[in-house]
Amino acid sequence: MNLMEYQGKELFRRSGIPVPRSQHCKTPDEVAAFIEKNPGKWVIKAQVLMGGRGKAGKIKFASTPEEGRKAATEIMATPMPPNRQNPNGEPVNSVLVEETLDVALESYCAISVDRTTKKPAIIVTRFGGMDVEEVHEKHPESFHTFYVDTAIGYSPFIGRELAFKADLDAGYRKQFPAIVAGMYNLFFAYGAKLVEINPLVLTKDGRVIAADAKVELDDDALFRHPEFSEWQKTLPLDEDETLAAAAGLGIRNFRRFPGSVGTMANGAGLAMATMDAVKNAGGEIADFLDVGGGANAERVRNCYELVVNHTGAKVFFINIFGGITRGDEVAKGIVEALNTTKARKIPLVIRLTGTNEEEGRRILKAAGMTPVETMDEGAKRAVELAR
Amino acid sequence: MSIFLDKNSKVFVQGITGAEGSYHTGRMLAYGTNVVGGVTPGKGGQKTEHGLPVFNTVEACIAATGATHQCIFVPPAGAADALFEAYEAGVRFSVCITEGVPVHDTLRVVGTTPGMRIIGPNCPGLISPGKSSIGIMPGHVFKEGNVGLISRSGTLTYEVVDGLTRAGLGQSTCVGIGGDPIIGTTFVDCLREFKNDPQTQAVVVCGEIGGSDEEDAAAFIKEHLAGMPIVAFVGGRNAPPGKSLGHAGAIISGGFGTAQSKIAAFQAAGVPVADRPSQIPALLAERMATLV
Repeated sequence: MNLMEYQGKELFRRSGIPVPRSQHCKTPDEVAAFIEKNPGKWVIKAQVLMGGRGKAGKIKFASTPEEGRKAATEIMATPMPPNRQNPNGEPVNSVLVEETLDVALESYCAISVDRTTKKPAIIVTRFGGMDVEEVHEKHPESFHTFYVDTAIGYSPFIGRELAFKADLDAGYRKQFPAIVAGMYNLFFAYGAKLVEINPLVLTKDGRVIAADAKVELDDDALFRHPEFSEWQKTLPLDEDETLAAAAGLGIRNFRRFPGSVGTMANGAGLAMATMDAVKNAGGEIADFLDVGGGANAERVRNCYELVVNHTGAKVFFINIFGGITRGDEVAKGIVEALNTTKARKIPLVIRLTGTNEEEGRRILKAAGMTPVETMDEGAKRAVELAR
Repeated sequence: MSIFLDKNSKVFVQGITGAEGSYHTGRMLAYGTNVVGGVTPGKGGQKTEHGLPVFNTVEACIAATGATHQCIFVPPAGAADALFEAYEAGVRFSVCITEGVPVHDTLRVVGTTPGMRIIGPNCPGLISPGKSSIGIMPGHVFKEGNVGLISRSGTLTYEVVDGLTRAGLGQSTCVGIGGDPIIGTTFVDCLREFKNDPQTQAVVVCGEIGGSDEEDAAAFIKEHLAGMPIVAFVGGRNAPPGKSLGHAGAIISGGFGTAQSKIAAFQAAGVPVADRPSQIPALLAERMATLV
């Protein structure tokens, strides 16, 4: 679960990381009312999950209530335009009104999970305030990383050492170790996969402040933090994620594509290989669908309807290799799906093997269907039928 | 020989009376795995439907059965606890099938249990065909032989093994290392074991997009396994770009985990990369003929 800036900053505040004074507003009127009561120079920032707000004109300045109302109206009038990160764009439903900072310098700090060392990694570069991918291309040598031993945890020397190695300006040094301590506490206390500050600002009067906040929480750990369920409701799901959730799938188990061959497999690895097989057979896929482990009849019917009703599939290629998923259950699901669905019928190509495969094939044959033997054969047949 | 697991390995199942634990215990027994008992707190003293003893604690289970290999089927919130309990009881080999374990739990476990070999979490387990199987792999597609196999995916593993078996290429040990960002045992850990295993004459590495385990494996092969026939596969060439780990994670890992980067790394290590799983047996047979 990715958090919006205002949510991330709320966690920063709770963790002792300095953030600018701010107010989260859902309407232009709220913005105007806030500035009325709190005169000064404010920045109005769109609250969205995607990056690139500045370039898209979704960050504006205001010094009077009327300017604030106008800026918020303009920001919220149109969605964020699509970019590389999110090809669908994203609606703007709220803004953050924030104190403007007198910026002297901008740097970058993040904590994430490193797969290779199996440790939390703290990463710092003195180049902040721009796209971190771009910094990595231009100044790869500027990145410095510390891998934290989880048995020891964070200790201030780590922040000191990183500040020296990354050559952060002397103005950062005193406050930096405490800020990283706050980030590390947040990372562990809330089960985050990513805590990122870009930019970490040094103001002209010597304060070090997190001007932006990017936090990704671990979906698997949300059961420990029921307090986030309200936030979860406000976060935008894209159309594919919404459809997946409605079908009882994980939100990352389904994605649509423009082609005509619908696919479904059990397990993400096999689902990806199935997509590759269709491409190799000269076809274009209509979707990626991982039905998950332990697929039962109801789940299979939901998936069938999802693909038939919401993609351009002319044929549905089902590729099941049974481990936990039992072949007989999947076969029953397919037969039941076809018998009970109100969705239109499209040709099915079924590859079913693994646990209880004979029983599964027997059920399919009894229902007048012919399973294919291999994934390549199934992909070929599906591509032919889609033509 | 084989790696990690042989006929004599004594296995106990944590969560043996649960639906999945019980079902797969039956399947493991049917395959010939030496399952000697299980743990379900509160059900100590009972027998399972398979006639195996149930214990309240890992400690009691080990004391009574001498089990050495743990297989975990408990819900995500209890997985780390099950691993710590086993570690404290002296167990040094565990397979965690559970999917959805919080990543910080895994971080904490792998960072504080030196000397313990953990497969998974979120994995299908491992099998030394003809000898023993721990986890949920469908035993009948495997065949004993001398090809080692390592995979991040469950079902894709079965797909590849099915092809190998049909081509007459049996397997020494097949390890499903799991799909989580943090896992106990990586490709490199398995390659190191295969290097020292006399039964293993060739290896198949089944990777997928994301992370840098494949790049690490390629580097290890280049340095330590130049003489061994090895073939790789990288799943997900046409997959949508991952929305999960942010860019900081990718930068830390030194790459964005694209299929292109992984394929290039394998090729630079002299490892042929199959375009599709069905090509693996032929590519491997060719490498075995060239190198042996």
